[in-house]
Amino acid sequence: MNSLDFSILLQAWPYLWSGLLFSLALTAAAFVIGMLLGTCFALVQHFEVPVVAQVVRGYIALIRSIPLILVLFWFFFLVPIVLGHLYGNGRPIPIGATWTAFITFGLFEAAYYSEIIRVGLRAVNKGQFEACQALALSTFDTYRCVILSQVIRVASPIILSQTIILFQDTSLVYVLSLTDLLGAASKLAQLNGRLVEMYLVVAVVYLAISSAASQCVASLRRRYAFTGAHR
Amino acid sequence: MLGVLFEQTADGQRYIDWLLSGLGWTLALAFFGWWIAFAVGVVVGIGRTVQNRVVAALARLYVEIFRNIPVLVQMFLWYFVLPEILPTSLGDAIKQIPPPWGSFFPALLCLGLYTAARIAEQVRAGIEALPKGQTEAASALGLGGYLSYRHVIVPQALRLIVPSLTSEVMGIYKNTSVAMTIGLMELTAQARQISEATFQTFTAFGAATLIYLALALIAYQSMMLIDRAVRIPGSTPAKDAIEPTLADDVQPGTALPHGMEVVK
Repeated sequence: MNSLDFSILLQAWPYLWSGLLFSLALTAAAFVIGMLLGTCFALVQHFEVPVVAQVVRGYIALIRSIPLILVLFWFFFLVPIVLGHLYGNGRPIPIGATWTAFITFGLFEAAYYSEIIRVGLRAVNKGQFEACQALALSTFDTYRCVILSQVIRVASPIILSQTIILFQDTSLVYVLSLTDLLGAASKLAQLNGRLVEMYLVVAVVYLAISSAASQCVASLRRRYAFTGAHR
Repeated sequence: MLGVLFEQTADGQRYIDWLLSGLGWTLALAFFGWWIAFAVGVVVGIGRTVQNRVVAALARLYVEIFRNIPVLVQMFLWYFVLPEILPTSLGDAIKQIPPPWGSFFPALLCLGLYTAARIAEQVRAGIEALPKGQTEAASALGLGGYLSYRHVIVPQALRLIVPSLTSEVMGIYKNTSVAMTIGLMELTAQARQISEATFQTFTAFGAATLIYLALALIAYQSMMLIDRAVRIPGSTPAKDAIEPTLADDVQPGTALPHGMEVVK
């Protein structure tokens, strides 16, 4: 057993920090894209839009059945081809691993967020819809001002728990050789041979961030335990 | 389109043999990992509900640690870090394990213990969902702590949480793909290898996707069968502890009729 030497961290820290920033940026981007798209997916199913609703259901079932790593590979391969057909002469447009990661995580998380929002939509009291009708709100205003804000509020603990899982899942961009927190640590470990220290530090950083975030979600859940229920 | 799968590879097999071998490793990891996860998860889940503060705190610590570190990082900890921090002779012995097993055992431990933390939370939710009268009736009958857990509490709790366990079954077979990062040639890794060898990326990934879909369907259907067989008549399933559904707010009876909702 070699003795541990954490002084190596002083040199490694700036690089690890940039990796952590990338992980956080990816989480934030996937959260925004995933929530916007997921809300659209949920509404499409809620309104039973013909054909589109079936396609969306199929997409969600598919995405939720296959591993994220395989999804990353799929998009890494497919996105350049699709872009080529959309904007070029059919020749694939390479977009690089970073953009692939952002697009993949956004589209992947949309499937998970949309399920949460869809269940949330069903949880809204029927009286809310009737009240909106009585106030002569248009369908758009009904959902924008009344329904969706309640759904987000009630579902916020679950949405945030899913976001913590998303943050942990961003470590899988390792398979695209990107420099997120784990990627930075593994590249440094290959240079300085200190892989024990590197991976332990990464584990501690993830543990600290995720458990702090879980504590916040838990207190949020307790706070909403009685105000969130409306029966 | 799938024709390429039946072509000869450089090592005299067909590409479909690579896929099937990958499927074998995926199934082996998921199956044996599941039993580790189930055994440890039930013990830790019970630990979280007992009166003894030390035991409860240890169980909570276990869950916090294993749930809040990404499974890929845990994989690296088992594979790269564990042999280094063990005594040199033992660490060297671990490094000597020949190729497929040298990755398989760390991956098995990693997936088993990671999933165990999630199962523990479900077990705890199941135990807490039981009416308090069950414990009281058990002690009124003169059953001690162990016997009341063994014969009254745990059997009922496990029957309540079968629907939530479905998502853990789906989770463990999907997470087996993470084992490719430590060199295990499971299904996703084989699909990538075929894609690199033949440039038939669409076929290679498509075949793997179909296999994963079939696995998802089988896992889901068999959990439904188990649930139907063991469900306590008249009971509602315990809430999913990890991704609590909005069942609280949905009217009873309308909650979660559609299959994929419990699937993560």
